[in-house]
Amino acid sequence: MSALRQSSPLAVTGKYLALAFYVGFALFPLYWLAKIAVTPDKLIFTEGTALIPSRFTFENFRTVLLATDFLAYFRNSLIVSLGTAAITTCIAAAAGYAFSRFDFRGKRLVVAVMLITQMFPLLMIIAPIYKIVAAVGLLNSLTSLIIVYTAFNIPFATFLMQSFFDGIPKDLEEAGMIDGCTRFQALRKIILPLTLPGLGATLGFIFTAAWSELLFALMLINSNDTMTFPVGLLTFVSKFSVDWGQMMAAGVLALVPSCLFFLFIQRYLVQGLTSGAVKG
Amino acid sequence: MARIELQNIAKTYGPVEVLRDINLVIEDGEFIVLVGPSGCGKSTLLRMIAGLEPITGGEFRVDGRRMNEVPPRDRDMAMVFQSYALYPHMDVARNMGFSLEIRKAPSGERESKVQEAAKTLGLTALTGRLPRALSGGQRQRVAMGRAIVRDPSAFLFDEPLSNLDAALRVEMRLEIARLHQRLKATMIYVTHDQVEALTLADRIVVLNAGQIQQVGTPLDLYDRPSNKFVAQFIGSPTMNILDVERGEDGIRLRDGTVLQAVPRTEQGAVRELGVRPEHLNIVAKDAAHMSGTAELVEHLGSDTNIHAHVPGIGQVLVRQHGHFPLKIGDAVNIALDLDKAHLFGPDGRRLAA
Repeated sequence: MSALRQSSPLAVTGKYLALAFYVGFALFPLYWLAKIAVTPDKLIFTEGTALIPSRFTFENFRTVLLATDFLAYFRNSLIVSLGTAAITTCIAAAAGYAFSRFDFRGKRLVVAVMLITQMFPLLMIIAPIYKIVAAVGLLNSLTSLIIVYTAFNIPFATFLMQSFFDGIPKDLEEAGMIDGCTRFQALRKIILPLTLPGLGATLGFIFTAAWSELLFALMLINSNDTMTFPVGLLTFVSKFSVDWGQMMAAGVLALVPSCLFFLFIQRYLVQGLTSGAVKG
Repeated sequence: MARIELQNIAKTYGPVEVLRDINLVIEDGEFIVLVGPSGCGKSTLLRMIAGLEPITGGEFRVDGRRMNEVPPRDRDMAMVFQSYALYPHMDVARNMGFSLEIRKAPSGERESKVQEAAKTLGLTALTGRLPRALSGGQRQRVAMGRAIVRDPSAFLFDEPLSNLDAALRVEMRLEIARLHQRLKATMIYVTHDQVEALTLADRIVVLNAGQIQQVGTPLDLYDRPSNKFVAQFIGSPTMNILDVERGEDGIRLRDGTVLQAVPRTEQGAVRELGVRPEHLNIVAKDAAHMSGTAELVEHLGSDTNIHAHVPGIGQVLVRQHGHFPLKIGDAVNIALDLDKAHLFGPDGRRLAA
């Protein structure tokens, strides 16, 4: 249809201009991050707003990697984010499957409670969370972050997984069970392979959310050994100055895992694995 | 091979009663078609036999053994779903052999059985393909292949042809009939299409509103429907139902015409007269029971359907064999073949002749 419709050149130009503007708007901060990261310290203020620095340097990256605790922060963030993503996705997948396939007493109540937890601003509950974590002696530990992040991400992840399970026809499991599977075998051999895109998407979302979380990390972690990356980034801000170049270099490095992660899972995200299962 | 018995089977969802008092014995090797309008509970009944839906009342036996609580995997029944329900991530061969894979059959046996089924169904060239690369008809065959490979004691079909186009449906219908002749297995087939029911079934079970209306051979249902519902459901076009009452001298139509030779029943109130369109004839005026005008004439080649309006009686559909030269607005004189007419009482039951 759209190929047949003749659009006026003006409209086409306008459409692409709008798109270009949007892309520029969205990507400019990223460009600026990378630009400052490769600008020598001396030029950051002298050249000000020049789009391309007159000289490039990788000195900032070297300093960040070798002379600061960045690698430790990075490792901590990786542990927390991967841990959170893995645990959350496992629990959310199980819960989402149950919500999608079973009718049980209290189902509506559980869903309602999960929704309610999403309604409060995090700031309101930060103090009680701190009290609880302190009481069980988990302050300054990565475990506390994994637990808290998992707790806060499960509702969203569950609804996400439920929608993926809802998209898989019930007939498939039933065919499996008639073919001789137990419900669990049907889940493992038929449903699970088809849910990979959903699992990938959930993993990705939760990983990114945990990776960039600052508020709880700032509250619950004080020791340098267990700081995650967003908190560590603040150490580049000292009392009298901000080390822009190194901070931006650290920022660029922090983007790498998220990008790699999405590169890795994107083939699951775009694949329509269930096509061909049922009519249509 | 299986003899299936349903005794007082019932199904309720909370306070909602979906099926009630289902009593049916399906003999070994019989082809049974469950037919009825949508929402009559036919698919639910099939799913209860398959074990996908819990049975809330009565007893379900296979070869004398109670099966109510047996999980689907141990019932030894194969099912063909309306949606086909092929496993999208497995190729055709693996789809067909999946039940053997689950039962850990040796791979040699699995392969030979899959190949054999693929050959019967003309799928040999497609065994390496994924379901998404198949046409609707091919998917349907794979779904049947998956059932055949298992060599089950009974086959269950849940409206297997309703997603195919008309030509393919006829072809697959023949194929299912051939399959039944070859395997001589018990088959239970759900459809809302009476043509499928009439052509495939050894016996048809007509369901409505969760209850069995009648069980019988296709011709039983056509010739001796037990009530008005079955009479109207079986046969196409639908049977004409005319309001009548019992008069002194016979059965009287609403316009006062008295029908002398209607199959007589001495007792019980009479409410309606049913007569199939093919049992009405366009005749000369003096031989007619009623007269009206043609409102719509459908030329089907083999038949001509004449929708006539008869003053004092209403709409009447007449089916004449072959080409019948008639135009809209023409006067028609209609005679009823009273030997083949049915009388229904106030409760809809057919009054036996």
